[in-house]
Amino acid sequence: MSDNIEKISESMAKLTLKWLSAEDEFPDVRKHNNHMAKVLNLEMYKKLRERVTPNGFTIDGVIQTGVDNPGHPFIMTVGCVAGDEETYEVFKELLDPVIEARHGGYKPQDKHKTDLKSENLKGGDDLDPNYVLSSRVRTGRSIRGFCLPPHCSRGERRAVEKLSVEALDSLSGDLKGKYYALKNMTEAEQQQLIDDHFLFDKPVSPLLLASGMARDWPDARGIWHNNNKTFLVWVNEEDHLRVISMQKGGNMREVFSRFCTGLTKIETLFKERGHAFMWNEHLGYILTCPSNLGTGLRAGVHVKLPNMSKHAKFEEVLKKLRLQKRGTGGVDTAAVGGVFDISNADRLGFSEVELVQMVVDGVKLLVDMEKRLEKGQSIDDLMPAQK
Amino acid sequence: MAAMKNCHNDYKMKFSADEEFPDLSQHNNHMAKVLTKEIYAKLRSKSTPSGFTLDDVIQTGVDNPGHPFIMTVGCVAGDEESYEVFKDLLDPIISDRHGGYKPTDKHKTDLNFENLKGGDDLDPNYVLSSRVRTGRSIKGFTLPPHNSRGERRGIEKLSIEALSSLDGEFKGKYYPLNGMSDAEQEQLIADHFLFDKPVSPLLTCAGMARDWPDGRGIWHNDNKTFLVWVNEEDHLRVISMQKGGNMKEVFRRFCVGLQKIEEIFKKHNHGFMWNEHLGYILTCPSNLGTGLRGGVHVKLAKLSTHPKFEEILTRLRLQKRGTGGVDTASVGGVFDISNADRLGSSEVEQVQLVVDGVKLMVEMEKKLEKGESIDGMIPAQK
Repeated sequence: MSDNIEKISESMAKLTLKWLSAEDEFPDVRKHNNHMAKVLNLEMYKKLRERVTPNGFTIDGVIQTGVDNPGHPFIMTVGCVAGDEETYEVFKELLDPVIEARHGGYKPQDKHKTDLKSENLKGGDDLDPNYVLSSRVRTGRSIRGFCLPPHCSRGERRAVEKLSVEALDSLSGDLKGKYYALKNMTEAEQQQLIDDHFLFDKPVSPLLLASGMARDWPDARGIWHNNNKTFLVWVNEEDHLRVISMQKGGNMREVFSRFCTGLTKIETLFKERGHAFMWNEHLGYILTCPSNLGTGLRAGVHVKLPNMSKHAKFEEVLKKLRLQKRGTGGVDTAAVGGVFDISNADRLGFSEVELVQMVVDGVKLLVDMEKRLEKGQSIDDLMPAQK
Repeated sequence: MAAMKNCHNDYKMKFSADEEFPDLSQHNNHMAKVLTKEIYAKLRSKSTPSGFTLDDVIQTGVDNPGHPFIMTVGCVAGDEESYEVFKDLLDPIISDRHGGYKPTDKHKTDLNFENLKGGDDLDPNYVLSSRVRTGRSIKGFTLPPHNSRGERRGIEKLSIEALSSLDGEFKGKYYPLNGMSDAEQEQLIADHFLFDKPVSPLLTCAGMARDWPDGRGIWHNDNKTFLVWVNEEDHLRVISMQKGGNMKEVFRRFCVGLQKIEEIFKKHNHGFMWNEHLGYILTCPSNLGTGLRGGVHVKLAKLSTHPKFEEILTRLRLQKRGTGGVDTASVGGVFDISNADRLGSSEVEQVQLVVDGVKLMVEMEKKLEKGESIDGMIPAQK
């Protein structure tokens, strides 16, 4: 931990007096199945409860969602969140092992590479639209100097909204668009946003609610999108900003190009106003959930794989390609009509270009496999090596 | 215990009161009606000794805009001191909610069941069951919106000690929510004793469901007529009940049991939170005073369809609910009828209102069954 942060966190902690012992307070996570519960122990808790971030976020704040949500035997949730940029430093002892477990062995001394030059992507403009129905890239960004959604006050959230709207309003060309604040959109606007599948609603997942991200809803939350409806920004949902580029069909190259251009423009506009994105060379882009560190990027397609998805080696192929599948409603939904959401599994330790490349190459291969299986042919010779 | 400083609240001070003031323009709850920018500006930098702040008090009311017809309270206490430190907000809310109760008023506590007149002869053909509940907070601990796991466990431990020492008609057993067997769980559900993790956003937004089910449990006597909930919406919820209309007996058991429990807590220097202005201190301002809801499930198929039903209830200072409890509908003409007041009248007075009021309504029901008029029986405002 840097000297400055250490001094501040210790002096602030001295101001609070905890009259019960660490043993009295240690959460009962014996039946829990999430990354936090697997890592946290009494010694660690004892140490970390003596610290506070400069903005007042504590270890109990970090772990509350993981205590309240014991998890699922098959799905490992993260079980902890950051309340500000400093969380990742002040509570390193917990978060480094969680990050390592979640991000394939990523070490505290590893460096993360950022590459948002879309020209570095090879191909990606020729995925077969008979199979690839739509393409999408999303990421998150946090504005340095403000607390994150689990911890931010109304004043901070509104400031993030104000800055975001200013920056987005100055976009031009095919990025020119409009902001719709959740709390005063008209019925007509709301219906249109629902029809476009753009509207986000108050979180209902207990994973999010338990961390405090839904406080004061819908104050300072909103959706911005360009007139072409291919570039969308969510303000103050699970992160300060969620940035999404999408379109029908399989031209991932174009989607990614717009994504990079738009993001870079937005970042420049924020910087002009004296606000950078939270980023460092170890963790990449800093976001609320440790699972989204690094690139925060999920690039994916909706693709028809009715035959491939029933193949005995489907899961193995996905794993080798470093891809994951979801239903077409997003995370925790089922596939409908053989259409799957296929996206990169990694976030941290690979650059944006590398991750989108994996999706482009992997989906191309999966579609080739699907076509083979349609013709009753074997796909054994197409099996990929572990990427 | 030295004062706990709320570092986050200090950090928020760098934003102005205007920047932080909640948007309550769509809201319909007591907090939203009372909170002004001036009050917010005055109280926002304050903190109770345990670190509870104004934003904590009002969070549930900000997150839950309310209902055009039902006025929710929209704020909670995090500790005993909340009612002092945030008086400027809470006193007007208490006044609105409790019929004009003033900051200078005194509340009377009377748990002498002998002072109740009658109540043992409500017609069991109509009065199916009788129940009295209240809440209690343990001095020296913070309240469910704010307490830590260690505090909650401390409350549970003390409660188990106190309850385990009860004997005679009160002898019973504690079932911690964490660790009950399937068989125990099914039995508690069948008895209608089991309480579940709150789903109401009114409660979850106030932080009362944190760490569920750690430190929560249910105690009941072997006779299944006296039940205590530990660490749900309040530290303790105490319930006395039985089938039929003998409210006198229910209230006797209630008073005796409560006083026995209080003695044991006092011995450990953790009496119940109480003061002569607000009576018993509970999490929600609506439950201050007696925290008492005394009620019956009663068949009023005819009376409930009479045009003056609501007016009669108002005059008798009673309220109706469906048989599922608050916010449920009545089934088969059976209503839950209970006292409307909590603060400014004593336990005996409130149960007396229920006993007398229900007796009258059953007589009205019988008249209506015979096709007779009840015009001569309409009561004066109590």
